[in-house]
Amino acid sequence: MFSSARIVRKDRLEGFLERLLEDREVFAPVRKGGLVTLEMIDSVRDVILEYENTKESPKAAVFPQRETLFGYQAEKGKVALDVPRGKEKEQVLFGIRPCDARGLLLLDRVFGGDCGDPYYAEKRAKTLVLSLGCVNPNPTCFCHSMGGGPCSPEGSDLFFLDLGDRYMVEVGSDKCEALLEDEAFEDADEKSLALSEKIRKETEASMTPLALNENLKEHLGRLFDDPAWNALAETCLGCGICTYLCPTCHCFDLCDEAEGGTGERIRVWDSCQFPLFTQQASGFNPRPTVKERFRQRIMHKFSYLPETQAMLGCVGCGRCVIECPVNLDIREVMTSLSEGTVPA
Amino acid sequence: MKNPYVPFPMRIEDIIVETEDENVKTFDVSFVGKEDEEQFVYTPGQFAEISVFGKGEAPFGMASTPTHPGRLEFSVSKIGLVTGALHQMESGDVVGVRGPMGNGYPLETFKGKNLILIGGGFGFSTLRSLTNFILHDSNRGAYGNLTVIYGARKPGLLLYKKDLGAWQQRGDLQLHLTVDKGENGWQGHVGFVPDVTRSVGPNPKDAYAVVCGPPAMIHFSLPVLKELGFQDEKIFLSLEMRMKCGIGKCGRCNVGSKYICSDGPVFSQAELTQLTGEAHF
Repeated sequence: MFSSARIVRKDRLEGFLERLLEDREVFAPVRKGGLVTLEMIDSVRDVILEYENTKESPKAAVFPQRETLFGYQAEKGKVALDVPRGKEKEQVLFGIRPCDARGLLLLDRVFGGDCGDPYYAEKRAKTLVLSLGCVNPNPTCFCHSMGGGPCSPEGSDLFFLDLGDRYMVEVGSDKCEALLEDEAFEDADEKSLALSEKIRKETEASMTPLALNENLKEHLGRLFDDPAWNALAETCLGCGICTYLCPTCHCFDLCDEAEGGTGERIRVWDSCQFPLFTQQASGFNPRPTVKERFRQRIMHKFSYLPETQAMLGCVGCGRCVIECPVNLDIREVMTSLSEGTVPA
Repeated sequence: MKNPYVPFPMRIEDIIVETEDENVKTFDVSFVGKEDEEQFVYTPGQFAEISVFGKGEAPFGMASTPTHPGRLEFSVSKIGLVTGALHQMESGDVVGVRGPMGNGYPLETFKGKNLILIGGGFGFSTLRSLTNFILHDSNRGAYGNLTVIYGARKPGLLLYKKDLGAWQQRGDLQLHLTVDKGENGWQGHVGFVPDVTRSVGPNPKDAYAVVCGPPAMIHFSLPVLKELGFQDEKIFLSLEMRMKCGIGKCGRCNVGSKYICSDGPVFSQAELTQLTGEAHF
């Protein structure tokens, strides 16, 4: 497992990041207005590495909240389209958490497939994921119950784990070959490997697993018409913050912004929690109340995506738990649904 | 990688006002680019996204048939932003088109079988495509008896009157037109589509039924087909939901784990009964 492991001594990290900045865009956690957010950095000194997680997920780096698909110029009888050119530089997501790195794997599946999304693919190909393992998970974290783990390298091109005076670095893909040439990397010694394994085990053991139904997908399918959804969704305001902060939520809207004959077709994040999301022009809405929309979010993550993409649509980052204005806790929802008895 | 979000241009050649209230128009459009025409290979039941630049996009089933190359027809009911803008357009204007999208009707499955097409209102457009496809000289021999049951609220709201007239003249198609409310001179049935289906009483042996129309029509037609002996595997439906991307990414048109845009819009009733999802009819 650690055959390609390296270490980076902490006093050599800054130099490594500086060299990354020379010809790449580097996104890293910084403190901004009292929050920790993932920002494109100008200076390595802004980077903070003692933090729980960034306020927002890193998905915007590959799936921006607002993105121009093409510009157009239309006049009577003709139209000219102009598709924007992609990024020139490689971008590095440094210090994102393992849950968020796994979230990108779900997006890869959704935006890949038979009909690939060129806007996503272009940015993703130029993205390097350098994640940082969690040694002090939040009380709201549950990655371990969603198939990931606080020290899981899954989805990372390089995975860093804090060993005190140095970082253990696991190589997760061959995208970082050039980076590993950097002088900051040394071969990992036996002592570091053993310590890293100890930290991994202890951190995982510190997290309480959720008591979830073993056949969640099928179980939820049977519960679709259960009255339990009424009570579960009762306090939901339908504000959609859970979907905006979620590292795997990917629903979007396409719309035109125009002035006269000139304009753009843009893609913006949208949310299944909004009534207009599914309302048809006739006024008919297949998901007319908060209950149907709340159920859609849960079913999509825990039943539909496992079926279509063979992966849960939740990585257990806990952002929706922390930020929900009415304290709706997806862990409680899933535990409660797991206990639910199937109606006769 | 081909960019599935970028439409290609098509020119409006003709606009046919279909209904007496002028709310439904059929747009007859031609390809501007030869390459776009060559790549647009479709089957009845598929759809395309039409752009009105500055307003946005909306999905429409092809009302035309691939046996008539070079042109596409889309019937548009004036109901929202994009459809309202389309209704303002004139011959010579250019729209954007993305497609073809969706699976279309299972033509291979239908081969050699008797077909009963049941349509209502504006949902009839892709059934018109299917009917004209089957009636084409190169295809007619491959399919069995063809029965078309088509209803609208009143005679003035029936679409494709020229086609209906031509179909009535043919001996190889049984056409049953019905309206909810008759008018002077109306010679067809008076009554709802499900009731007319029952009285027509198509034989389920070696037959498939295809249903496309408003939710209420589908809701009441399914039990009638069951009563007549059609099994769920022998009933196909074309569904609709609000759509944006048309390629199974934007996340809004699902029924359970299936996206109407990319897994459908055509499903057998047997497939639909396996899905958990909001019931649409």
